[in-house]
Amino acid sequence: MFESIILILDSTVRVSTPLLLACLAGLYSERSGVVDIGLEGKMLGAAFGAGAVAYLTANAWLGLLAGIAVSIGLGLLHGFASITNRGNQIVSGVAINFLAAGLTALLGQTWFRQGGRTPSLPEGGRFREIVWPFAEQLRDVPVIGPLYSELLSGHNLLVYCAFLAVPLTWWVLFRSRFGLRLRAVGENPAAVDTAGISVTWLRYRAVIACGALCGFAGSYLSIAAGSGFGVNMTAGQGFMALAALIFAKWRPVNAMFACLLFGFLDASGTRMQGVEFPVIGELPLQVFQALPYVLTVILLAGFIGKAIPPKAAGVPYLKERS
Amino acid sequence: MSDTPAIELRKINKRFGSVHANKDIDLVVGKGSIHGIIGENGAGKSTLMSILYGFYQADDGDILVNGNKVIIPDSKAAIGLGIGMVHQHFMLVDNFSVLENVVLGAEDSQMLSGGLARARTELKRLEEEYELRVDPDALIQDLPVGLQQRVEILKALYRSAEVLILDEPTGVLTPAEADHLFKILEVLKNEGKTVLLITHKLREIMAATDTVSVMRRGEMVATRETKNTSMEELAELMVGRSVLLRVDKKPAEAKAPVMEVENLTVTDSRGVQVVKDVSFNVRAGEIVGIAGVSGNGQSELLETLSGIRRATKGTLKINGETIDLGTSTLDAADMRAKNMGHVPEDRHRMGLINSFAEYENSILGYHRDPAYSKGWLMDLAAIRKNAVAEIEKYDIRPPSPMLKTANFSGGNQQKIVLAREIERDPEVLLVGQPTRGVDIGAIEFIHRRIVELRDEGKGILLVSVELDEIRALSDRVLVMFDGRIVGERGANAEEGELGLLMAGVEDNNKNAAEGGAR
Repeated sequence: MFESIILILDSTVRVSTPLLLACLAGLYSERSGVVDIGLEGKMLGAAFGAGAVAYLTANAWLGLLAGIAVSIGLGLLHGFASITNRGNQIVSGVAINFLAAGLTALLGQTWFRQGGRTPSLPEGGRFREIVWPFAEQLRDVPVIGPLYSELLSGHNLLVYCAFLAVPLTWWVLFRSRFGLRLRAVGENPAAVDTAGISVTWLRYRAVIACGALCGFAGSYLSIAAGSGFGVNMTAGQGFMALAALIFAKWRPVNAMFACLLFGFLDASGTRMQGVEFPVIGELPLQVFQALPYVLTVILLAGFIGKAIPPKAAGVPYLKERS
Repeated sequence: MSDTPAIELRKINKRFGSVHANKDIDLVVGKGSIHGIIGENGAGKSTLMSILYGFYQADDGDILVNGNKVIIPDSKAAIGLGIGMVHQHFMLVDNFSVLENVVLGAEDSQMLSGGLARARTELKRLEEEYELRVDPDALIQDLPVGLQQRVEILKALYRSAEVLILDEPTGVLTPAEADHLFKILEVLKNEGKTVLLITHKLREIMAATDTVSVMRRGEMVATRETKNTSMEELAELMVGRSVLLRVDKKPAEAKAPVMEVENLTVTDSRGVQVVKDVSFNVRAGEIVGIAGVSGNGQSELLETLSGIRRATKGTLKINGETIDLGTSTLDAADMRAKNMGHVPEDRHRMGLINSFAEYENSILGYHRDPAYSKGWLMDLAAIRKNAVAEIEKYDIRPPSPMLKTANFSGGNQQKIVLAREIERDPEVLLVGQPTRGVDIGAIEFIHRRIVELRDEGKGILLVSVELDEIRALSDRVLVMFDGRIVGERGANAEEGELGLLMAGVEDNNKNAAEGGAR
């Protein structure tokens, strides 16, 4: 029993990582007032960029950089449409999702001719599991052993990055000048403007931070968790991250717990396949997959407190003509 | 006062497309003075101040601060020159604390903690020096507007502003809060700061300023020492002709009642009774004013009578027809069909669709009228013809029916609503806050039009929180307090007496007053 709980938790961590990275990415963007429905597309683009470059160079680090670059590029596109040209942020985000979905498959097929996939990564092209010191020796110690060697040790670098990004984001948001301005611009951009700060540059920085984190999320899928890019490999995780962001009420620590919860539902869903429950019987996998969305809808309907988005989210900033 | 002016503007020009918002503006503001700038809405006051604060760039002209020619490309530059501004709509982040709002944009370093600590001590000092007390840890959303404005002033002082611009600062304040603000401005002046006060309220200029400059249609038309001028002179300068500050009307010739309300009770969505057993009538050829402090049931009364809100019980007799309001399902369109016009209290929320063109708004609510349709299509030619006629009759400016309503000034927007309702020739007109946010020239026009309608023998129910307006227009005044009508007075009711009733002080000679007015 204990062992299977550890296994579920272990896979919870793995499943939650890309969600968490994308969720924090969305947090930077939306806190600045730029709604980003294009998390999915940015992740996908990053996964492809990372997969392709890591395959060609056999270097995971270059792959990661490429993933981040692609994602930031898409983020800047979103910024250009919605910040500079004050376009509709939803439309721009949806366009980025379509663009990424189509372009990755097309380029993948053109360059590698494997049905849109990138070839399996060579040695060095992947982020490997990091085994913590004494993990092997401690394995057989009851309770602490499995916790240490299974749950904490043995993940790849990006997993640790994701969880370290949580306190970092919290600090940036609530303890730094940039964070204060970021939160302000998402609530009342006019207040920021009249305080002598550029709304445009501030929002661009938020969009770039969002791109970078989405780059990590996408790269995780193709060169850390997986071994190469597969067509549409994000499979809606960008949207799931968006749901988690709402669930977390746009707060970093909440975001971590929301992503862990969603990850846990996913991980236990896979494990519960074929398991007979008392009274209700066997539950189809789809029930577990749908739960995150169901929970988010329940939250939005006001049953679990209130989720109030940043006031200026989705509204392009325009100096009023008096 | 030293000789070099704090601010000097020379030949400032600013155009927005075809609109010449500022024409060759010259302005000299003496150091350590309170300088008022008065003008109607749309006269270009706010544009001029936005140029000074770096929000807009002037097309040409010079700005001198302390005698030095400067260029102000953005707000940051203005702040650097010691210019601070308190905007009409506060530039505060609602879910931030006072401290965070003050610090925003002036944080010192990448880390917040240092800046916040410094701001805390500095706020304490400012608090004592200028008597501006605010809890630094309170959230803005929990503060009343008077205190929010104080935070805006503190923000400017924290950035060591020497010149403080206040744009229509009293629009959102109660009279008591406004008086307090003027006291603060006096303290600022005594500490050597220069204050620029932008307003369209004559009373404030007379009460608070040393010097006043008058703007009209983008031009600076005069500058006066406040003590050497009068409200009448300023009003004339603002509008460009002499203005009656009171309404000229003959006594009412009231006839039979056209609208009778009996035992009206209204409950709001929270289940609270907001209108309690109210009965009154409006006769043909009279204006009945409903006075009261905002939020005492007047809005709900007006909404119920116009068919927007449901009553719990009560009857309405209109044109001889009796309607049980407790069970009626009549909506706003049905009420309009019964010859009842309605000028809603909030033109932006209920009277107009700001993104529609003027001509579209000119038939809003009457769009089913056969006069404006061809079968199930709109008869655009007829609608536009009607709009042009109304524009001319009501002097709506600019006279362009195709212009978006949002681009009209408040006074002209209100005229659009008024024209639409009055020109349908209603027997009863419900009017809510007809001159809220409307400039003085338009107020005069609107008041005259309402009185004309009365003289044509229509019944008018006027709801206004402006006691001056109620007293100027009404032939009978009903005072509402806590959902009830607590008193009735004739046309020449004393301001103090009405004020007491509005404050809920028991009416001692209620019976006598009722007997007298009926």
